[in-house]
Amino acid sequence: MDRVPILKIGEILLISIQVDLEDQTAIQLQEDIADRIVSTGAHGVVIDITALDIVDSFVGRMLSSIASISRVLDAETVVVGMRPAVAITLVELGLSLDGVRTALDVDRGMRILAEASAQRGVRVHADDEDAATEAAP
Amino acid sequence: MSGSEPEIQAITADEDVVRVRQLIRKVAVAAKLSLVDQTKLVTAASELARNTLVYGGGGQATVEIVNNGRRAGVRAVFADDGPGIPDLALALSDGYTSGGGLGLGLGGARRLVDEFDIRTAVSEGTRITVTKWAR
Repeated sequence: MDRVPILKIGEILLISIQVDLEDQTAIQLQEDIADRIVSTGAHGVVIDITALDIVDSFVGRMLSSIASISRVLDAETVVVGMRPAVAITLVELGLSLDGVRTALDVDRGMRILAEASAQRGVRVHADDEDAATEAAP
Repeated sequence: MSGSEPEIQAITADEDVVRVRQLIRKVAVAAKLSLVDQTKLVTAASELARNTLVYGGGGQATVEIVNNGRRAGVRAVFADDGPGIPDLALALSDGYTSGGGLGLGLGGARRLVDEFDIRTAVSEGTRITVTKWAR
């Protein structure tokens, strides 16, 4: 069984799927990503599916699960690089990839995560100020 | 253009589902299906091959180029000697799953092909034939 490598770039995990995914490989990837989020404290996951020539219901479900698991572990997931024919087929198959953020390429995906991360910073700061204001009087 | 010799791929393990996809892709390219039609057929085949493995307990896929006099197409048969499908209408409806899936396998595969035929009998097995025609 192949294993999909997970790269870490700053606070982001980058996964580029380059093999024709067996179901077991997909399940393993899900577990590996969860482990790496926890061990690295990454706040973002980019999954590049440019090389995938199909996404069937199993892989679609895996992408949705990874997004949900990441969210629970305080990380945002963006799936990038879906081919047009794959998108057309997915919709006809009836898969909507609920809860999965997508972007056209890795660059755009990284930008989305950077913005999400910046907002996270702002939000934390605002919470701090609220706390300070409440504590003041 | 005439048909082709049928090619057979056994489906007994996870990696065979990948092999079925690769075989279907090869034959679909040879039959000159468009890229979108290739993708739809390979995706449908992936769902059906997985069903053959998981629910049918294994079986085989037979793939060939067919010709109806006007157009070429690809026909694939997925056959197993498994438990069969007791309630076919239910199995074909979206959202129904007896496994851990999304329940899009059979119904979804049917939407992705031009012709879909299913024969099943309890404790005798299931045989699904799909055809996708070149436009």
